[in-house]
Amino acid sequence: MSAIVILLIASISVAAIFLAAFIWSVRNGQFDDEFSPPQRILFDNPPAKPTNTDQ
Amino acid sequence: MSSATVHNQLVCFHCGEVCSTTNITAEDKHFCCEGCKLVYQLLNKSGLCNYYDLNENPGLTQRIPVRKDKFAFLEDAVIQRQLISFSNEQQTHITFYLPQIHCSSCLYLLENLHHLQPAVISATVNFTRKEVSIVFDHHTHSLQKLAELLTSIGYEPYISLQSLQHHKPGAKKSLIYQLGVAGFCFANIMLLSFPEYFGLEAADIQLQGIFRWLNVLLALPVFFYSAFPFYESGWKGLRHKFLNIDAPIALAIIVTFSRSLYEVLSGTGAGYFDSMTGIVFFMLIGRVLQDKTYQQLSFERDFTSYFPVAATLVKDGIETPISLPEIKAGDTLLIHSNELIPADGICTRGKACIDYSFVTGESIPVNKEMGEMVYAGGKQTGGAMEILVIKEVAQSYLTRLWSADTFKKNNETKSVSFVHLLSRYFTWILFTIAAIAATYWAFTDSHKVWNVITAVLIVACPCALLLSNTFTNGNILRILGRNKFYLRSAQTIEDMAGITHIVFDKTGTLTATNQKEIVYEGVELSKQQQQAIASLAAASNHPLSRAITAHFGKLKRLPIEEFREIPGKGIEGMVGKDWISLGSQRFISGISGTGDNGSKVFIAIDDKIYGHFSLQNHYRESVAPLVQSLAAHYKLSVLSGDHATEHSTLQRIMGPEAALLFNQQPADKLQYIQKLQQRGERVMMIGDGLNDAGALKQSNVGIAITDDCNNFTPASDAIMDARELSSLNRFIRLCKANKQIVIASFVLSIVYNIVGLSFAVQGVLSPLIAAILMPASSLSILLVTFGSSNIAAKLLRC
Repeated sequence: MSAIVILLIASISVAAIFLAAFIWSVRNGQFDDEFSPPQRILFDNPPAKPTNTDQ
Repeated sequence: MSSATVHNQLVCFHCGEVCSTTNITAEDKHFCCEGCKLVYQLLNKSGLCNYYDLNENPGLTQRIPVRKDKFAFLEDAVIQRQLISFSNEQQTHITFYLPQIHCSSCLYLLENLHHLQPAVISATVNFTRKEVSIVFDHHTHSLQKLAELLTSIGYEPYISLQSLQHHKPGAKKSLIYQLGVAGFCFANIMLLSFPEYFGLEAADIQLQGIFRWLNVLLALPVFFYSAFPFYESGWKGLRHKFLNIDAPIALAIIVTFSRSLYEVLSGTGAGYFDSMTGIVFFMLIGRVLQDKTYQQLSFERDFTSYFPVAATLVKDGIETPISLPEIKAGDTLLIHSNELIPADGICTRGKACIDYSFVTGESIPVNKEMGEMVYAGGKQTGGAMEILVIKEVAQSYLTRLWSADTFKKNNETKSVSFVHLLSRYFTWILFTIAAIAATYWAFTDSHKVWNVITAVLIVACPCALLLSNTFTNGNILRILGRNKFYLRSAQTIEDMAGITHIVFDKTGTLTATNQKEIVYEGVELSKQQQQAIASLAAASNHPLSRAITAHFGKLKRLPIEEFREIPGKGIEGMVGKDWISLGSQRFISGISGTGDNGSKVFIAIDDKIYGHFSLQNHYRESVAPLVQSLAAHYKLSVLSGDHATEHSTLQRIMGPEAALLFNQQPADKLQYIQKLQQRGERVMMIGDGLNDAGALKQSNVGIAITDDCNNFTPASDAIMDARELSSLNRFIRLCKANKQIVIASFVLSIVYNIVGLSFAVQGVLSPLIAAILMPASSLSILLVTFGSSNIAAKLLRC
């Protein structure tokens, strides 16, 4: 019986963590813009300095 | 460059527009104008040419240069304070709205802004909202310079009076949180209820208590937090003495919760927490689907979002920026080319050549002499001019339209969904059943009375009706959105299904704004002369010149010498050996005539008048078939701000029974709609300009039509892409199918209800039966609504 109680606590806390993660991600604005983040990761960084020769 | 004909047209490397000249080049790339070339060179210097690799010709044409001091008003501390979101010693945070954002290249360029200007610390784009949030060092770079930097790379910030007055409300997130909490609680309660369904062995009977109490704990957040929208809306309805669908639902939730709590407390049963949380969860999903909004679109625009933030005040020869509300009668304002006139006034200096397309939808500019009235909302297309303000912004003609009663009317009173009426009958029938069952049991077994009453209310709450309604609405909104027809809310679907009369605006709706048909009348022109005229017209940016250039198409351009453009009159220049003039009748022949209203362009070659081009509105190709399909079911009207010159053409297109009204002022259009409504008609108005705004608002369904969804549209119930106009009839039929689908799935849910009720009235509704019925009915309703609305869309080819 005690095993079931421990399992219960474990399962509900795991679910609660997911709920917290969900609420955090919504509050964080992760669903506000579905276009930019997947594009952003594909961009190469441009050279830090201009390519032309003058210093 | 010697090839005489250019078969595959040369397009600008930056913006993809057809180049009218081959002279503008940089590093073997061709550009349509110096503006585009400048942007390219700037990006090339900073190593940001990835911009061009990500998408082909990602830029926007820079043909119309932005005036140098346009953003001078950003130096004004009051305006700055309204725009800046955060500022400290080191940095300033600001968010600009850039309607030009359209592809990943835009994203790339704007987020690498710090390579162009080291003072920029970071820039983040929100693509959906078309906004860029910039953090910059205000010691080394001013706000004005920042706006100018964005403008120089082709992203001119759009700063309007509306953005100053109130910030955009953030997306409503509370419903999402409520949904998340309900989902979490529902799933866990479901899990904890399984032992109850399948029965526990005697040894584990003490576990039952733990499970039940955990269920109570998990049901609390659903009851007090997630179900809140239903209590709120039900209570609101009751306060207005209106029984909406949420009232019986709220009642059912409260009854279920109370009875379940009582059962657990008294140890008589496990209650119906699983059914209660489940139904709340499903109903919230429906709500979220139905309330999906289009963040990039605004259905609430009034004139303030069209107006600039500031104008240039001229006082004792000194120009200072002044914000619009501060403009007083008697001030002298300097209106630059391509600027909007913010207040009614008299032209005191310069030539006015005003494009009233914002107000009337007519894009051909009107010429005004000194001393003549100019009205707010017009855009100066000639050179700079000065006006003496005679009415403040709030008193001006265009602004007054918005203070009319229509715009103050509460939208909620517009119409009542049939779902609420249906739920009302449903609720009364339910009460009757509960009462009959209660009386029966009162005589047979009085212990069971409360048990039966609560069971009836639990089983038969109209949640199935709400579910079928929200899910169907949500799906139909999605299907229409895929077809570039965006509705403001789900109520619009029902309003569209019920219309009896369709009113079209002519200019910009039936006719395309940017396409004019050109007809030449006069002495026949030789090929060479045509070429010369096309070359001359190509040098000017006037809408009429552009129309003429487009008319001649791909003729080779000849070099022009001594080109002159006289704003409001015409253009002239030496092409080859001929001196060619194009312009108004007065300009060409010296005599005023019918050609002076801006619809005719006269041609003179070596001072000999050859003839004139006259411009006719180009009716969209889709109009004729659309009208044919609509005329059988609806009454049609056309309202036009123009003269009645096209009466016969229009009557032929619209059919003999359509009412055609010309010379309609914005207020007339509004009154016409009101008159129809008084006759009991339900009116759909389709229009595009600010001049239709009153009529759009007054009508039962106002549809704003636009060639580009990023453009500004007046306040309306729906926004439609102009290319989809031909599908209007199919969209209306889909909206009609909506009601049938809701009723069909409702009938299905009644079957479940009858099964449930048969248990409930007998007083044997066990949690297991409730737990099977609830998800079974919810899921089958989901399948039926989604399936049948998709089938309906497929049948209608939407």
